Amino acid sequence: MARMTMIEAIRNAHDLAMGTDDRVVVFGEDVGYFGGVFRCTAGLQKKYGASRCFDAPINESGIVGAAIGMTAYGLKPVVEIQFADYVYPAYDQIVSEAARMRHRSAGQFTCPMVIRMPTGGGIFGGQTHSQSPEALFTHVAGLKVVVPSNPRDAKGLLLAAIEDPDPVIFLEPKRLYNGPFNGHHDQPVAPWKSHPLGEVDEDYYTVPLGKAEIRRAGSAVTVLAYGTMVYVAEAAAEEAQIDAEIIDLRTLLPLDIDTVAASVKKTGRCVIIHEATRTSGFGAELSAQVQESCFYHLEVPITRVTGWDTPYPHAQEWAYFPGPERLKRALLAVMEG
Amino acid sequence: MTDPKPLSLRVPEPGCRPGGVPDFSDFVVPMAGETRRPEIDTAPEDMRDMAFSIVRVLNRHGEAMGPWAGRLTPDELREGLRHMITLRVFDERMTNAQRQGKTSFYMQHLGEEAVSCAFRMALEQGDMNFPTYRQAGLLIAGGYPLVDMMNQIYSNSADPLKGRQLPIMYSARDHGFFTISGNLGTQYIQAVGWAMASAIAGDTRIAAGWIGDGATAEGDFHSAMVFASTYNAPVILNIVNNQWAISTFQGMARGAAVTFAERGHGFGIPAIRVDGNDYLAVHAVASWAAERARSGHGPTLIEHVTYRAGGHSTSDDPAAYRSKNESAAWPLGDPIERLKAHLIAIGEWSDERHTQGTAEIADRVRSAQREAEAKGTLIDGSHPSPRSMFDDVYAEMPQHLVQQRQEGGY
Repeated sequence: MARMTMIEAIRNAHDLAMGTDDRVVVFGEDVGYFGGVFRCTAGLQKKYGASRCFDAPINESGIVGAAIGMTAYGLKPVVEIQFADYVYPAYDQIVSEAARMRHRSAGQFTCPMVIRMPTGGGIFGGQTHSQSPEALFTHVAGLKVVVPSNPRDAKGLLLAAIEDPDPVIFLEPKRLYNGPFNGHHDQPVAPWKSHPLGEVDEDYYTVPLGKAEIRRAGSAVTVLAYGTMVYVAEAAAEEAQIDAEIIDLRTLLPLDIDTVAASVKKTGRCVIIHEATRTSGFGAELSAQVQESCFYHLEVPITRVTGWDTPYPHAQEWAYFPGPERLKRALLAVMEG
Repeated sequence: MTDPKPLSLRVPEPGCRPGGVPDFSDFVVPMAGETRRPEIDTAPEDMRDMAFSIVRVLNRHGEAMGPWAGRLTPDELREGLRHMITLRVFDERMTNAQRQGKTSFYMQHLGEEAVSCAFRMALEQGDMNFPTYRQAGLLIAGGYPLVDMMNQIYSNSADPLKGRQLPIMYSARDHGFFTISGNLGTQYIQAVGWAMASAIAGDTRIAAGWIGDGATAEGDFHSAMVFASTYNAPVILNIVNNQWAISTFQGMARGAAVTFAERGHGFGIPAIRVDGNDYLAVHAVASWAAERARSGHGPTLIEHVTYRAGGHSTSDDPAAYRSKNESAAWPLGDPIERLKAHLIAIGEWSDERHTQGTAEIADRVRSAQREAEAKGTLIDGSHPSPRSMFDDVYAEMPQHLVQQRQEGGY
């Protein structure tokens, strides 16, 4: 076991995947020599050579499109989009091509690739360094969508994503790269080395896709969270002294509805929290599925705590970011309801 | 400083609209044989002229001229003629099948048969094409069964793509034919990625990307050119300039540039323009580019200059936007007639053999059609089960799809 930040865990996963499987190639903007603007690929080019880990032109559609061509050849590319906010030029390649390749060719061509991208706010990133576009991918048949919340999962989920025979959108909450963050921006942030989930097995292991994890067992209300919001949920439950069951979804598509439904049937209450904007956000899908599968167990309406339906602001960051205060209010309201 | 005049927008217009007289007098057609043949390792800057000329082999008398000639045996030329006639007959029958309601849609290749048929013969087993919807000659010349193509067009129970895809969006991995997408331009950069993978793996196989004149305006055209150039990818990037993108003439995508081939210059990619209706020229240029790529000298851009003699698709009526006489006025003629004339000129073919050969091909296509229709057409016979619609979305069917399949009653 070793102490790792999420960055180190992701780098370690790349290293193990490249060492295990010659077909794994890694590229993206500033990913090669420099090792990535967040250092997630540092040292890989030196270790595996420039034909396995290399810099790419600033062209997201090109990065994803070229990677798709590589999968048709038989490689397993792991590509990086520098910020999730910049994935849109590649959206056609992801939706029209990667996601549909297996289906439209009846399995002749498949797309085993991972598209990594730092996501989420809480870093004064403003409009184009803070977005959470997961719902744009969970709406696409053929994709898998993963959001880790800690170094242990980040490594195991990334290795599982690289092994996976389908295209995986791998969203890394950059707010969590160096340490957990519960939304209390006025308090010092602890590094991963003081958190139990910063303790990472150095050997190769995977965390299965499609499996949620109960991060805090409870009986009063179920909180569905992923990414940074897992820590916001932990803080809010503790501060409100509510016996919440906090579920870290980890994989959004395919969704572990069994774990979710079992919890809501037990608690009778459900609060969903995500950073992304509300309307047609992933919370809407969660709410619908919980309603469908737990209707007769629900004591109160399902509540969503989300980013507002506005572009992500700069100066108003903490009024936008769904922090522990907002979640506490929602939890208390749900408990009274 | 004088007062500026109001600016105005230039919206390019083709030279001729319905009712007009087609005029290709400003279209410069070099003499067959007059365009040079550089060495395959020639630097892009030393062959810039190739993007403004047109490589042509066959002259108006059917003679093969110049440095690009003499690369195919009479047997190979007859085979090429058979492929092109097969494609044309196939197109005729499938267009009729669409008119009869046996399928929903078809797109023909009329006038462009040489491009894909000749190109395919310059590739080797294991090379991969990333075609558009108008390169079925790659399949026919590559020996893919006609009946499987028809099964796909009919979406019948034997459709290799299980009824999931619009007609003609073929996929044939074993024949070096990548799955066709409806989204234009996407495959161009994918071809470059495939070629990069071959280079990463230390392989000797090459890729070929395909795009039409209109779709060069897509961003993925630019992506492909940048990546191909940066990584020296072993790829042939084909632009099929058939003058028309549905109703818009090629000037809409080309802008003020003189040719599409010259787009290569800004990327440091050698570019060649070729007479797309000259089977020998297309084959010679494709072979040149394939050898260049396979030898590690990098990508080549080829602009195939041709003319879309038919409608864009069975849903299109070209009489609404271009002169009915334009096809006849097209200066590069008909690829089948030109190869036929060449074979006759060298004493390897005759009108009688041509008539007989065409009849044999027509029989073969008819027989394939009967076989396919015995499996079903879109309106008749058996189709892939709705149950199979849920397969292959993922490698393993996730729980929510299993549930939806049950919900659908399949």
